[in-house]
Amino acid sequence: MAASALYGVSGFGNWARLAAQQALTQDQLLEFETFGNVSLIHVTDIHAQLKPIYFREPSINLGVGGNKGEVPHLTGAEFRLRYGIADGSPSHYALSSGDFASLAKAYGRVGGLDRVATVINSIRADRPDALLLDGGDTWHGSYTCYHTEGQDMVNVMNALKPDAMTFHWEFTLGSERVQDLVEGLPFAALGQNIFDAEWDEPSELFKPYEWFERGGAKIAVIGQAFPYMPIANPGWMFPEFSFGIRDEHMQAMVDEVRAEGADLVVVLSHNGFDVDKAMAGKVTGIDVILSGHTHDALPEPVQVGQTFIIASGSNGKFVSRVDLDVRDGKMMGLRHKLIPIFSDVIAPDAEIAQLIDAQRAPYEAQLAEVIGKTDSTLFRRGNFNGTWDDLICDALLSERDAEIAMSPGVRWGPSLVPGDDITREDIFNVTSMSYPNAYRTEMTGEFIKVILEDVADNIFNPDPYYQQGGDMVRTGGLGYSIDISKPQGSRISDMTMLATGEAVDPAKTYVVAGWASVNEGTEGPPIWDVVEAHIRKMGTVTVGDNTSVKVTGM
Amino acid sequence: MSITRRDTLALGLGAAALTVLPFRVSAAADDAIAAFTGGADMADSGVELTAPEIAENGNTVPISVSAEGATSILVLAAGNPTPGVAEFKFGELAGSTSASTRMRLAGTQDVIAIAKLADGSFAKASKTVKVTIGGCGG
Repeated sequence: MAASALYGVSGFGNWARLAAQQALTQDQLLEFETFGNVSLIHVTDIHAQLKPIYFREPSINLGVGGNKGEVPHLTGAEFRLRYGIADGSPSHYALSSGDFASLAKAYGRVGGLDRVATVINSIRADRPDALLLDGGDTWHGSYTCYHTEGQDMVNVMNALKPDAMTFHWEFTLGSERVQDLVEGLPFAALGQNIFDAEWDEPSELFKPYEWFERGGAKIAVIGQAFPYMPIANPGWMFPEFSFGIRDEHMQAMVDEVRAEGADLVVVLSHNGFDVDKAMAGKVTGIDVILSGHTHDALPEPVQVGQTFIIASGSNGKFVSRVDLDVRDGKMMGLRHKLIPIFSDVIAPDAEIAQLIDAQRAPYEAQLAEVIGKTDSTLFRRGNFNGTWDDLICDALLSERDAEIAMSPGVRWGPSLVPGDDITREDIFNVTSMSYPNAYRTEMTGEFIKVILEDVADNIFNPDPYYQQGGDMVRTGGLGYSIDISKPQGSRISDMTMLATGEAVDPAKTYVVAGWASVNEGTEGPPIWDVVEAHIRKMGTVTVGDNTSVKVTGM
Repeated sequence: MSITRRDTLALGLGAAALTVLPFRVSAAADDAIAAFTGGADMADSGVELTAPEIAENGNTVPISVSAEGATSILVLAAGNPTPGVAEFKFGELAGSTSASTRMRLAGTQDVIAIAKLADGSFAKASKTVKVTIGGCGG
């Protein structure tokens, strides 16, 4: 372990300077001068990653409109400059892109819920009544989670004793399973924006908020589930529910808890960072938003009016600790630390480690089977492509015999570094879902452009309320240019078939293979079988630079 | 590249015939507004229109309107071929001047609500409701 340099600390503006003076030890990662009378612990977007993983942060994450050039839309060296993070430091590795493969060798894997448990226990040692809040996307994203329909994650999370949770991918287990699991939870399942679709009234299964008494303060935690569930994911799997941002209802809930004497109002959100910023500018009376969905990890809170927004990363890579001074019915001060879970530095909690192994034991042989090897870093994050999706698109083109491949712009999925084996578990980590069918169909060039324009507007609409929080659909066999500053319908141009260099003909029909269609009745083999077959044939995988998308208007 | 037909042909992304551009305000919508207001000016506040930013299902989009002291509220889907959705009329004994309904939207467009107030003046609110193919969310 090439321990040196830094880690992070609370406060504003001094994150890296303080951090750079520290050695990388568990004590220092956990060091925190307890503050005020209330502690919040935030985890979010774990995506069923029970074990330590590699996770490369994006190098392209463009902001538009008022968020152009603002965090979290700074990456790599620009991000490090913004927070004063030294090149090559642990914070460089944990929070930003650049030199990923070599830093991964030095600093090792991140995350692991047994390590997260150690951090939670340490915070609870300082503050026994700290609130543990889970921002959702917990019961999705791995081989064991898929095969147990979320039970492995429920078992392990319950052992960590959260106080409340909100939701997104959980709903893709189907409404019946969600109902079963939610009814059995020993903590609050929240979502002020989860409505009954038929009656357009708040859902009876999910409370809008929960009350807590901590440090003499009356605390309301309001849940905000992912607003665009039936649009970004298959609505037919949970037809009883309706979502939306519903900021008027959020304001009504804030007003209601304030009227009932809330000293502190916390929103546990799965809106995505830019939507949370926009909502904080419209809804008054929220003290803290614990933000999830867009997988951003920020070492300092972002303030909008009197609201502080905390972004805690994804895949178990970070835990946020937020200490608050709440007095006289008001939040008087905040101290925050984004704790990176360096899995070689933070000791696993023995009890949780054992529980995790018990969940995995029935599947160990399948999980561990080596399918191939990689010569390249395999990662997902980035607005337009990542090497995992390049590989998946190649698999679709060859295994499904298509001219064009499409892979969804999801943001979950850990990374692998050069020299790693690719196991079945690794393939499931980037493909696992309850609607995995790899379809093969025909589309006209015109319709393909409609799809690209539609998805691009879900990312680059200048109003965050119209953004769904994913990335651009990845394309294989097809290149294009995109001007992100243009309106829907005129962003995409120069669509080109990469094999021939010919322009895509709007009137011509192309064979397209893809996966993760939200349409009911989609047919085809599961994407993980397609990818596995492809990797087996390749043996060792090498993925080169992808220059098929030309981006302007930044 | 030779294309062989495999046995599993499948549905792709949204089979719906969406178009690239948002639907523009139709001439019929302008006509309906003129007929309702008689060409009078409309205030920008005084009517509340609640609609989703992105429709979960373009075939049945829930909206609600309210305007204190309104005698009637006209609701239009400005881009639909037939823009008229509803006209709610409130009598003097109406307990509340609010109403809700569901509408079908042919594509991304503005939903417009115009209230006629007791003093004969008009107020207007509009909101863009996006209809999208979906999928690909993070």
